[in-house]
Amino acid sequence: MANAIEARALRKSFGRTRALDGLDLTVRTGEVHAFLGPNGAGKTTTIRILLGLLNKDGGEAVLLGGDPWRDATTLHARLAYVPGDVTLWPSLTGGEIIDLLARLRGRRDGIDAKRRQALIERFDLDPSKKARAYSKGNRQKVALVAALASDAELLLLDEPTAGLDPLMEASFRECVNAERHDGRTILLSSHILSEAEALADRVTIIRDGQAVETGTLAEMRHLTRNFVDADLAAPVSLEGVPGVHDLDVQDSRVRCQVDHAALGDVLALLTSAGVRSLTCRPPTLEELFLRHYSTERVGLGARS
Amino acid sequence: MTRAGQAGPDLADTGLADTGLASTGLANTGLAGTGELTRLALRRDRIALVATVYVIVALVAGTAWTFRKLYPTAAGRAALAATGEGNPALRFLYGRLYGDSLGSLTTWRYGVWAGIFTALAAIFVVVRHTRTDEEAGRLELVGSAVVGRDAALVAGLLTAAAPVLAITVLLWTALPFTGLPAAGSAALALGIGACGLAFTGITAVAAQLASTAGGARGIALGVLGAAFMLRGVGDAAGAGGLSWLSWVSPLAWIQLTQPFAAERWWVLALPLATFALGVVLAFQLAARRDLGAGLLPDRPGGPAASRLLSNPVGLAWRLQRGMLAGWVAGYAVTFAASGAAAKGVGQLVGTSTALQREFARLGGQAAIVNAYLAALMLLAGLVGAAYATSAVLRLRSEETDGRAEPVLATRTGRVRWALSHITVAVAGTVLLLAVAGVAAGLGYGLRAGSAGTEVTRMLGAGLAQLPGSLALAAVAVLLFGLLPEAAVPGAWTAVGLVVAIALFGELLQVSHWVLDISPFTQTPRLPGGTVTAEPLLWLCLAAVGFSVIGLLGLRRRDIG
Repeated sequence: MANAIEARALRKSFGRTRALDGLDLTVRTGEVHAFLGPNGAGKTTTIRILLGLLNKDGGEAVLLGGDPWRDATTLHARLAYVPGDVTLWPSLTGGEIIDLLARLRGRRDGIDAKRRQALIERFDLDPSKKARAYSKGNRQKVALVAALASDAELLLLDEPTAGLDPLMEASFRECVNAERHDGRTILLSSHILSEAEALADRVTIIRDGQAVETGTLAEMRHLTRNFVDADLAAPVSLEGVPGVHDLDVQDSRVRCQVDHAALGDVLALLTSAGVRSLTCRPPTLEELFLRHYSTERVGLGARS
Repeated sequence: MTRAGQAGPDLADTGLADTGLASTGLANTGLAGTGELTRLALRRDRIALVATVYVIVALVAGTAWTFRKLYPTAAGRAALAATGEGNPALRFLYGRLYGDSLGSLTTWRYGVWAGIFTALAAIFVVVRHTRTDEEAGRLELVGSAVVGRDAALVAGLLTAAAPVLAITVLLWTALPFTGLPAAGSAALALGIGACGLAFTGITAVAAQLASTAGGARGIALGVLGAAFMLRGVGDAAGAGGLSWLSWVSPLAWIQLTQPFAAERWWVLALPLATFALGVVLAFQLAARRDLGAGLLPDRPGGPAASRLLSNPVGLAWRLQRGMLAGWVAGYAVTFAASGAAAKGVGQLVGTSTALQREFARLGGQAAIVNAYLAALMLLAGLVGAAYATSAVLRLRSEETDGRAEPVLATRTGRVRWALSHITVAVAGTVLLLAVAGVAAGLGYGLRAGSAGTEVTRMLGAGLAQLPGSLALAAVAVLLFGLLPEAAVPGAWTAVGLVVAIALFGELLQVSHWVLDISPFTQTPRLPGGTVTAEPLLWLCLAAVGFSVIGLLGLRRRDIG
């Protein structure tokens, strides 16, 4: 089985609001896939359809080779889920909730006690506190420990680090990297780009219920422009050179954006003039992301 | 969608964020921001508050009007009064009757119940604007603005006082239009309003004691239930014996004022003093605790789950057992006490010939005791329906609060999850009705010297109410599956309608078609009545049918 999640042209509306408008999403087995988008883009709706909590209005969704709506309960035995907004039963303790969720997932004997203990220590969680006494971050930790301690083959994590402090965020990243080595598939919805950049093998960016970009970070960068900032020995005219955009020349300083395909030619031009210093870097994920979300920057459209 | 989500626009609408606080002259005091918070609360509840005021005023004024139509002659009214005063079961349900004028009859039939409805409104409003907001973290947001420490509690009290005052003023002005004397109208209106205020004060204290909204509501509703039972037993006991019990109950004070009869205005001081005491105590308690904390402590729990907590039913049981324990304790105490009062009830012989005629017409002592016990069991069934409905509706709050999601993301299917809470609801209702029967049987049997037979007989009488209670729970399941948005208001409206039909339907001579909607119209009056299996079987069938349709609906709809 090549793909853990395969969604085609998913559509879902709530009343007159169209939450998903033909969304495509492919998550390969064994990869960490980041699902990026601003609030309200449709990330949580997609995950809830994949969990069979919502029924899709149209399109196709295949999860672990099954139908997420029809085969919900059998599929759920093979996955673990961390909701975006973790609410717990106020009268139960964190430890009880971790055990309960593991047993509901289908393990009679509960969970691997050693693994549970290690995770509780790693996330610095007090398992005997009632959930009503937990802060948002601690509630998040309970859900994370419950998911990570399971032996599920697929983890669906909806903004898992919202509310965690930087130290715990680092612990989370270590855990995800460890899971990757164990061969688990992880779908990580997020709007924290550095997290996705650090963890994800592949990325899908969604906007208004549609996937606008998908691929590895390298592939996505490939499709876009590089930022070039050079200090030259002699002036050189880049005016009118194909593939050069937003040219800004101040004396010997040249700044511009260059299409991936034209990069070689532009660099040759620059070196022929003599380079004193040169910075050439691909766009960060943040810049890729912003490109899809800011309307003023339509001119940057690199997919053309 | 979520309640927290609604607070946002409301805050903006009421100008809470504005800095008009200095103009109130309360800035920098513990009361800063009270006006803004009260306006916010009134705005959030405007529809529910207006509806509550309308229903209560229309109920009382409407009954006064209907009585005039139904009992136009003095003889007819005297006969009704003789029934009302002579039958301990009716005294238990509705209270004492002073005189036989239209006003007296209205006070008898609605004095206690209008007081209960007003008290319920006060309890829900006070808890909603103090503990619920605190629990949801909204008070934290508000408290970080220029808002005094006492502002939320004062705003909650003012918000509860607003509908209570509206009810009082409207009844005061409306009742004379139905032809009732002005003085009596004033006494009845003030009595009902003062009762609402008394429970406003009691709830203010409850909201400081418990650390959760559910706990605070539980304490206040427990006091209301105890007040009803004390009054019921005291009133049923008639002139002698335990009748002093009525004086302990805020619900009895309305009739003890004797509107349209002696008009003992000084009795109104009792509820007003209760209100004042409650408010003072609440502020004292509030000053001693932190935001979010209660006075009753929160204990840490086990770091690992017990074996019990390993399937959906275990979870539902764990979540609901605290509430059920409270209900069982309340049922045991009140029905044992009410049952014990049955002996005195049967010995009563009226002073007037009309009363004695009525006594004989009802079938003498044994029949009167049976009628009283049957009224007790009807009440157990009606309140049991309310318990079953709230236990089923736990499903809806689990769903809207996002706690259903992690469970449904495991191997637990929707139907299995829903059945877990339904199982607890059914088992809890069986337990409650059995406790009601056994407790009433013990209470009466021990005094009458026949505990063994009474316990068996009353256990049967209690369990006979089961199909009726469960039919209403099934309505909640049906709505939850098919119309989740309407489940909570719809299910409670159904319970309210059934209670209204059971208590007031026959008296107001509504058509049989309406009476027959209520499952408790089909339930045998036990002990003493005859049992036919057919209607009970139909009720069970309807309950199962509704539940199955509801569960099928749940399988098809979106969650959340």
